[in-house]
Amino acid sequence: MTMNPVGRPTGIEAVEMEHPQTFSGDRGLDHEEPLLFELGREGMCGVDIPQAQISDKRLGGLQRKKPVGLPGLSEPEVVRHFVRLSRMNYAIDAGLYPLGSCTMKHNPRLNEKMARLPGFGDLHPLQPERTVQGALSLIAELMRWLTTLTGMPAVAMSPKAGAHGELCGLLAIRAAIKSRGEQRRRILVPSSAHGTNPATAALAGFTVDEVPALANGHVDADALERMLANDVAAIMLTNPNTCGLFERRIRELADAAHKVGAYFYCDGANFNAIAGRVRPGDLGVDAMHINLHKTFSTPHGGGGPGAGPVVLSAALAPFAPLPLLVHDKGGFRLIESPDDAPPSTKPFGRMCAFHGQMGMFVRALAYMLSHGADGIRQASEDAVLAANYILASLKDVLSAPFEGPCMHEALFDDHFLEGTGVTTLDFAKAMIDEGYHPMTMYFPLVVHGAMLVEPTESESKESLDRFIRVMAGLAQEAKSGRKERFAGAPYLAPRRRLDETRAARKPVLRWAPKDAAES
Amino acid sequence: MLRTIDVPNVDALFRDVPKEGVVGREVFDALPDHKGELEVERTLSRMGALNISAGSVPFFCGAGAYRHHIPASVDHLIQRSEFLTSYTPYQPEVAQGTLQYLFEFQTQVALLTGMEVANASLYDGSTATAEAVLMAQRLTRRPKAVLSGGLHPHYAATVETLASLSGKVVHADAEPGRAGDLAKLIDDETACVVVQSPDVFGLIHDLKPVADAAHAKGALLIAVVTEVVSLGLIEPPGAMGADIVAAEGQSIGNGLNFGGPYVGLFATREKFIRQMPGRLSGETVDAEGRRGYVLTLSTREQHIRREKATSNICTNSGLCCLAFTIHLALLGDKGFSRLARLNHGRASSLAEKLAAVKGVSLVTPQFFNEFTLKLPKPADEIVDALAARGILGGVPGSRLWPHQAKMRDFLIVAATETSPEEDCDAFAQALAEVVS
Repeated sequence: MTMNPVGRPTGIEAVEMEHPQTFSGDRGLDHEEPLLFELGREGMCGVDIPQAQISDKRLGGLQRKKPVGLPGLSEPEVVRHFVRLSRMNYAIDAGLYPLGSCTMKHNPRLNEKMARLPGFGDLHPLQPERTVQGALSLIAELMRWLTTLTGMPAVAMSPKAGAHGELCGLLAIRAAIKSRGEQRRRILVPSSAHGTNPATAALAGFTVDEVPALANGHVDADALERMLANDVAAIMLTNPNTCGLFERRIRELADAAHKVGAYFYCDGANFNAIAGRVRPGDLGVDAMHINLHKTFSTPHGGGGPGAGPVVLSAALAPFAPLPLLVHDKGGFRLIESPDDAPPSTKPFGRMCAFHGQMGMFVRALAYMLSHGADGIRQASEDAVLAANYILASLKDVLSAPFEGPCMHEALFDDHFLEGTGVTTLDFAKAMIDEGYHPMTMYFPLVVHGAMLVEPTESESKESLDRFIRVMAGLAQEAKSGRKERFAGAPYLAPRRRLDETRAARKPVLRWAPKDAAES
Repeated sequence: MLRTIDVPNVDALFRDVPKEGVVGREVFDALPDHKGELEVERTLSRMGALNISAGSVPFFCGAGAYRHHIPASVDHLIQRSEFLTSYTPYQPEVAQGTLQYLFEFQTQVALLTGMEVANASLYDGSTATAEAVLMAQRLTRRPKAVLSGGLHPHYAATVETLASLSGKVVHADAEPGRAGDLAKLIDDETACVVVQSPDVFGLIHDLKPVADAAHAKGALLIAVVTEVVSLGLIEPPGAMGADIVAAEGQSIGNGLNFGGPYVGLFATREKFIRQMPGRLSGETVDAEGRRGYVLTLSTREQHIRREKATSNICTNSGLCCLAFTIHLALLGDKGFSRLARLNHGRASSLAEKLAAVKGVSLVTPQFFNEFTLKLPKPADEIVDALAARGILGGVPGSRLWPHQAKMRDFLIVAATETSPEEDCDAFAQALAEVVS
């Protein structure tokens, strides 16, 4: 046994028990953490606030009768609670995050710093316009970048995320059709589309017709052209598509749609593959949302906030929602009423209160200025290169349903798992044990047991090589019959596999005090 | 890498892109090349310096967005990489941090609003209100939504844009300082009545009469709250008969940010959850029987249900929920109640000072931290004159109701714990000067 100078064992042989049962329930740095409501005590407070003497004469007899029921915690208790929670999360800062269609790229901290400048972060949306000229000019500058990069004449800035942008685009289309005195109710959506596409179309009052995919992963363009008729409002395509492929006949489809009086909505979720290299405006797109939280690196924050500005063609631009940002001799102004809108415009309404996700705008513009037009182009190329490197390295180890090259994401299916008893889900959970967040699973729906890998431009070759080695190793394990390694995975995460059926069958959606829960 | 892929260059990877679609750098001539961190910081800081930030002057704007003090630990904690740079918790085994705080957030929102369940957030208060109306239309299978005149006009416009697609939206007249009679607008076609309290003018409403009127006709009451700090002092909507509560949660944990990102709160009764929009974190157990959390009831959602989903929402306000949850955890019952009292105290004292100015009258007899004044001149002129004196003195009626002459002389003023006594005095003095 190896000893240090004071006689304490230092060697690895010192370990005698593999998993001691701990008294605390914690395991080393892995802490268990109760709910906030199981911590704290009455009367404790983590903030210094004086007790104000108030009169109740202006409350109209509507004072709260019972306390809210929030627990009382000190500041160190609160800090510790959330730090412990944070350690149960995977994050892009901690490792490769290959979620296809999600563009988990590095989030530069300069962007966070800029968004927190008081001149942006501490502005009220309804301050007099003359006191926010810098903020309005920042929005105008971001609009210039977005319209230039996409080759589109206009952009609506208020949508708060991708799906909200889709809704904005479809409402502009609806308004444009109405202004022509027509009624068109159908929207054509490929079977490989994101779920938000059909959901948005339904929300905007359209019916959805699904366009099949071809065996090569592209949308069935012939079928789509056959489905086009004068009751079709729009086609809604993702390009590059969710199979990671660029739709080769895109321009032709746009022309065919326009010919029957329909519009072309493009889902811009995958813009990171082509930004700085391809302009959607050159492809006949009428509307496309841009996920600033994907392509332009604003952090995903565990599911938001995002931002989904929508670029619009000349045909749709007049219908953009309020508010409108204009610049005249008085400087920048926000137009909040249709009565003040330029005569050439007919805003379809309003997407939300105020004027969009300013915090995300600052971050996105910081990214754009840092990268420049040259760097944005380089980022797309690097993202596409990285995905193709993964596809080429793994297509014979896993199984790839479509011929390369791909765009910025590599799609695999579960063909290589046939006969092993291992599913895509099991494989994904085994990746967790390897220290990776799984790729997107079972999407797109057009591929059996889909595994959609998007490495982004943020990963070095060394990082990609390591990922490839791990994926190849797991594939080998599956093929050699080590099923239990997968079926029970993850073994090494803060939690083993969670029972989702139980969660849905008898939903527990909030904490409740014990006595209330039992009554 | 190119050798492994077996292509001569990166251009070859883009071979599926039609030739006319590929453009060179020169097409983007109007855009500059990349810059270093120092230079970017300088450029953006200059833009930022052109604005007058709320914290740098006496500041009294509200009307749907409120300036509150955010404890330093909130912003520090939400910037932890594990929160900031994680995705939607689709893989629960490595996202327990996010799922647990969402579960805590849902609980806090339910407690605050006095409702049974809450979701894991929507984009903001206005979109939450629109979603609430759509949900009421689904639940009642009726087309009509009645909006009270005290509903924030941006919220009313957002609802109109969405809910009029498949139904009908009726707007009651805006009468500053008055409850208005909504009962006469409710009929057998009415899906819901939407009432904001405190309303856009700051007036607090007793929701019980309108809840009773709505329920008598089989309609639902949607209560809207744009200043959630009010719930520390005022009876929650759930105790007054609300069926759905849609609220803006910005006031807790989140800065003004010139209008976004904010966080939409959405709470309802348990029996309605299957028609609820948005994500839900639910409790369950793992394979070893340990408690854990997962996204649940996702058969309501777009990624499973596609065109039959209850909403198209995907990305929501994750990190803003976290800021809300942390701030409220720090406050606890005691701090939250004290914060609310402090707000009411400041606003009450300010209202008295301002209403004492000659020609100025208070039109909202009961309020929380925001009230409306009637001025002897158009309020936008007064606001401009105050701004010239370095005071951001509230939101003029013309900003929210452009071209409505009857709203022109109203000024909506908010005071929070961030408005010290001396700022209130400076405001009163300046107002006296500019109205005379």
